[in-house]
Amino acid sequence: MSATTAMEVNIEAKRILAVSISKLYASRTQRGGLRLHRSLLLSLVMRSARDIYHASRECEAPSEAQSAPEEPMDTGSSPEEASRQPEPQLATSGAETCSDSEEPASDAEEYDCEIAEDKENLSPARQSRKRRGKASAAPDFLPSKRARLEPGEERHAAPLGSCRAGAGDSLTTLSLNRVIPAF
Amino acid sequence: MAGPGGDMQWCFSQVKGAIDDDVAEADIISTVEFNHTGELLATGDKGGRVVIFQQEIENKNQPQFRSEYNVYSTFQSHEPEFDYLKSLEIEEKINKIRWLPQKNAAQFLLSTNDKTIKLWKISERDKRPEGYNLKEDDGRYKDPNSITSLQVPVLIPMDLMVEASPRRVFANAHTYHINSVSVNSDNETYLSADDLRINLWHLEITDRSFNIVDIKPANMEELTEVITAAEFHPHQCNTFVYSSSKGTIRLCDMRASALCDKHSKLFEEPENPSNRSFFSEIISSISDVKFSHNGRYMMTRDYLSVKIWDLNMENRPVETYQVHEYLRSKLCSLYENDCIFDKFECCWNGNDSVVMTGSYNNFFRMFDRGHRRDITLEASRENSKPMQVLKPRKVCTGGKRKKDEISVDSLDFNKKILHTAWHPQDNIIAVATTNNLYIFQDKVN
Repeated sequence: MSATTAMEVNIEAKRILAVSISKLYASRTQRGGLRLHRSLLLSLVMRSARDIYHASRECEAPSEAQSAPEEPMDTGSSPEEASRQPEPQLATSGAETCSDSEEPASDAEEYDCEIAEDKENLSPARQSRKRRGKASAAPDFLPSKRARLEPGEERHAAPLGSCRAGAGDSLTTLSLNRVIPAF
Repeated sequence: MAGPGGDMQWCFSQVKGAIDDDVAEADIISTVEFNHTGELLATGDKGGRVVIFQQEIENKNQPQFRSEYNVYSTFQSHEPEFDYLKSLEIEEKINKIRWLPQKNAAQFLLSTNDKTIKLWKISERDKRPEGYNLKEDDGRYKDPNSITSLQVPVLIPMDLMVEASPRRVFANAHTYHINSVSVNSDNETYLSADDLRINLWHLEITDRSFNIVDIKPANMEELTEVITAAEFHPHQCNTFVYSSSKGTIRLCDMRASALCDKHSKLFEEPENPSNRSFFSEIISSISDVKFSHNGRYMMTRDYLSVKIWDLNMENRPVETYQVHEYLRSKLCSLYENDCIFDKFECCWNGNDSVVMTGSYNNFFRMFDRGHRRDITLEASRENSKPMQVLKPRKVCTGGKRKKDEISVDSLDFNKKILHTAWHPQDNIIAVATTNNLYIFQDKVN
């Protein structure tokens, strides 16, 4: 896959992301309130664009350790990624090698994240007695940002994007999973 | 396109609505529905009003008969409301109108906005009482001392007055926005569907409803699809279908269990991987689902196509018709101008041989299933001379544009036909542009 094609895809994906986010913000002021269907579709487009953006960035700079964002809660993502392989906009061989090389890198990154994650997941006994929850936690009337676990379920590593502080990524992690809980 | 007795030739009949190019938002038509006999045609608009047209049937036996629809009743169905708890305005836009089959002299219809369904009774009054003992004719009370004799009030004819009164208000049952209402063939119950839930109501009972489908995940972050449309089977009162934003249709049997979360049939066509793009999910979202009149098929509309499904075959549709395939390469622009979110409806003709749906540039498309022919027609003021035959239109998809063809880039995406309706028996169609209602009929009617 040529570098220019990857760049074009990259630019296109970024543009779509920007358009989507502006649509998302515009829909908050719409009469009748946020439309769930529309918000869902916007978030799906944003997710596609983000995945392709990451994939094409990976192809551009393979040394930079990026990974396809893991969405453990998104049951639709794996078939999407599999079927994205013959995507006409990405030269197929290029995309395949990109995503194959991502896996080992992502495993290492996930492990780092998991450790960081676990620090937050300490048992209540280890938390300081100071009620930092009041000051820093979100108010109760806002929906919880943590997934409610079913019995027996483990907490997976958070998506890579949320662990990174990269400027480009902040655009993508902004509201994807936050859109729907707003309902 | 051949119908019984020869080729169908569609002619302009009437157009309703303002000629003004400057469209008031409240006048935007949001739903169109014929009643079960086709005598009445109801429209709902963004301003919460319902306008009902009635067909004049006196001249039916004459040749060159023109079915004229004239205004029968106009009323304000819904008003804007405010949900104080969520600080949300509730739009008064009428999302759907569904007629009840006629049982007595009055007509009944269900109209719904995003949150509340109302049952309206439309009745005629052509007599009024006169000759009360205690009141004058103008309503003033008589002086009791002036009354010397007793009379029986009589009913005298008066000019026809059509009254619409709300008989039931079905409120507070939907957290999300209502997208469908469907009356059951049992004429006692109906369903209402929002993005995540479907409720079953009894027409007489307003203070409660049964939830029969609930696809809300425990964690909203896991949401992957929403309900986009739902409809009861035309004959089987236990069967209904609902479509999803993922392009699937689920058929449910209410006899199986109280909560129909588990479908009886799942209709889904595997996606063509070569068509994959950023916007695949959006364009596969189903915007409308309609059973055929005979109850053997159902039709779904997604952004680019119309699909006909045999209820006995779940793995793919039996027929697929491309409405405007030339838009596939324009999806990015259509996403930017929001057109990709447009929800087109579709409808069957009376004998299920032809299906119709709308497109852009005020074009609408008909697909003749038996003869495998399709036609594109346009609803415009330019073709609005009485009985003027509509000329088929063609969109040029590339290369040399022929005379009379229109190129894709010249299409006006602000002129969209989202709502169409076909008379249940005759070849008369109602096509809604942004704020006008066009009525066309087949020349050989």
